[in-house]
Amino acid sequence: MNIKISNLQFTYPTGVQALRGISLVIESGEQVAIVGQNGAGKTTLVKHLNGLLQPTAGYVRIGDWDTKEHSVAKLARRVGYVFQNPDEQLFSKAVGVEVAFGPRNLGYSSEQVQALVKDALAMTELSDKTETNPYDLSSTWRKMVALASVIAMDTDIVIFDEPTTGQDAANIARIANVIQLLHERGKMVITITHDIDFCAENFERVIAMSQGQILLDGKANDVLGQEEVLARTYVDPPQLTRLGKRLGFKETVRNHEEFLAVLKNN
Amino acid sequence: MAIVNLQNVTYKYPLTDSSALQDITLQVNEGEFVAIVGPNGAGKSTLCYTLAGFVPHFFKGEITGTVEVAGHESSQSNLHEWVLNVGLAFQNPFNQISGAKYTVFEEIAFGLENTGVPREEMRQRVEDAMKLTGISDLGDRSPYSLSGGQQQRVALTSILVMQPKVLVLDEPTSQMDPIGTREVFGVIRTMAEKGMTVILVEHKVEWIANFADRVIALHEGQILMEGSPQEVLTSELLRDKGFGISRYTSVARMARELGLWKKRNLPVTLEEAVEGFVSLSQSGRGVTGEG
Repeated sequence: MNIKISNLQFTYPTGVQALRGISLVIESGEQVAIVGQNGAGKTTLVKHLNGLLQPTAGYVRIGDWDTKEHSVAKLARRVGYVFQNPDEQLFSKAVGVEVAFGPRNLGYSSEQVQALVKDALAMTELSDKTETNPYDLSSTWRKMVALASVIAMDTDIVIFDEPTTGQDAANIARIANVIQLLHERGKMVITITHDIDFCAENFERVIAMSQGQILLDGKANDVLGQEEVLARTYVDPPQLTRLGKRLGFKETVRNHEEFLAVLKNN
Repeated sequence: MAIVNLQNVTYKYPLTDSSALQDITLQVNEGEFVAIVGPNGAGKSTLCYTLAGFVPHFFKGEITGTVEVAGHESSQSNLHEWVLNVGLAFQNPFNQISGAKYTVFEEIAFGLENTGVPREEMRQRVEDAMKLTGISDLGDRSPYSLSGGQQQRVALTSILVMQPKVLVLDEPTSQMDPIGTREVFGVIRTMAEKGMTVILVEHKVEWIANFADRVIALHEGQILMEGSPQEVLTSELLRDKGFGISRYTSVARMARELGLWKKRNLPVTLEEAVEGFVSLSQSGRGVTGEG
């Protein structure tokens, strides 16, 4: 299942023009990070992918479905969306019930729901917390419940809005692991993030947005190395990319392995 | 001179079995900039609440030991006296915003209203504080119509306007983009330079290294270690416990195992990393740096 966006424009009722002509194809199974300053249009863009917003002009297609022709409830079969703030999406009294809500509403049989829930809880390391009230968990674990409740819907496309905000290092590693597991299953993962090091270490393709438009779109190394262009949307390159540049590396490096490989060869 | 003095503080929230803080002893000097790091659940926010008097005055629970700020002891004080000395910007601004005010301007004035500041002075202080944090243009908006990053600025501003002696900040930039983070750290530094005592909980290690005088590592309710940013943030003691680490530190640690980092200390900041790797090339091998 791919995503095709053509000349997407969106103006909020207040008159703010949030998207000014976005054209984009994301192929099945791709891992894409979207970066850019607050107000660049990142969240507005991804809210078009599950029909929460409808284009003012242009179109968004999820596989063969035009989002204008399908309800949010129907699009939820193809696109899962994890909100930035887990408290905006959690409402059940027990983690297991919360995570079962999505797949149950998609009409899976109770055996299938059970299997999907079990799998999603295992992936997010929540298997021992099935009976716990989500609001008795720390914000770290509530975040994992939010992830699990969307993963359990088994959609081909999963969107994360700022998954690492307010998370500690241990949980950021857990979230990176979830993204890797989804990748191995052939899921498309689209992530909005300000955490540029997390972006560099976990995504192969990076899209930089600024003022409702795409500034850069390409392989992570090609995008993250463009310090001057990224500065226009107030994104600093990753720490190791900056260090490599300062040390005069000819190649753009974005993670520990790449950095050490160049260091060894110099 | 210590403006904050905690002696053997142990605290348990109501209806819980384990202590959120265990035997915390901590002094912070007037004008000092102290950062608190630790994984989620380490007790960082509880420590902030304790400094701000919410523990135990609001949250109740059992507390032992003494908490002293600016010569007053918490157990002997009322919350309404306490807030004149200590201001806390909450981790989640949504929990801080009063809900009683329709505009950002009024929200920021709320604390001053409740401490009987004259109207004209109040207006001036609110305007100055909003200017400082770059939200002058948000004055007429509803606090609830703002983005997370903007709400965090409002939360910070409503504390700064009170001009507390001790400023306690619980992840004040967690919902901000890099430019917002940079601006807010600029404001915090300005306050620190003016002599305000700053106690900051933060995951963004590189910023801590560039700003803080001292770092305290909290783990499972206890102080694991404290010292200079370089000393604490590169310590082996923090490994595999969920503490954030700068990529400069982790890459230098890996390089050291390959014989490609020769300095005794590991770097936390870009400048320290550049210096260390450049010195490597000057000693006969490795990279050529322009830094």
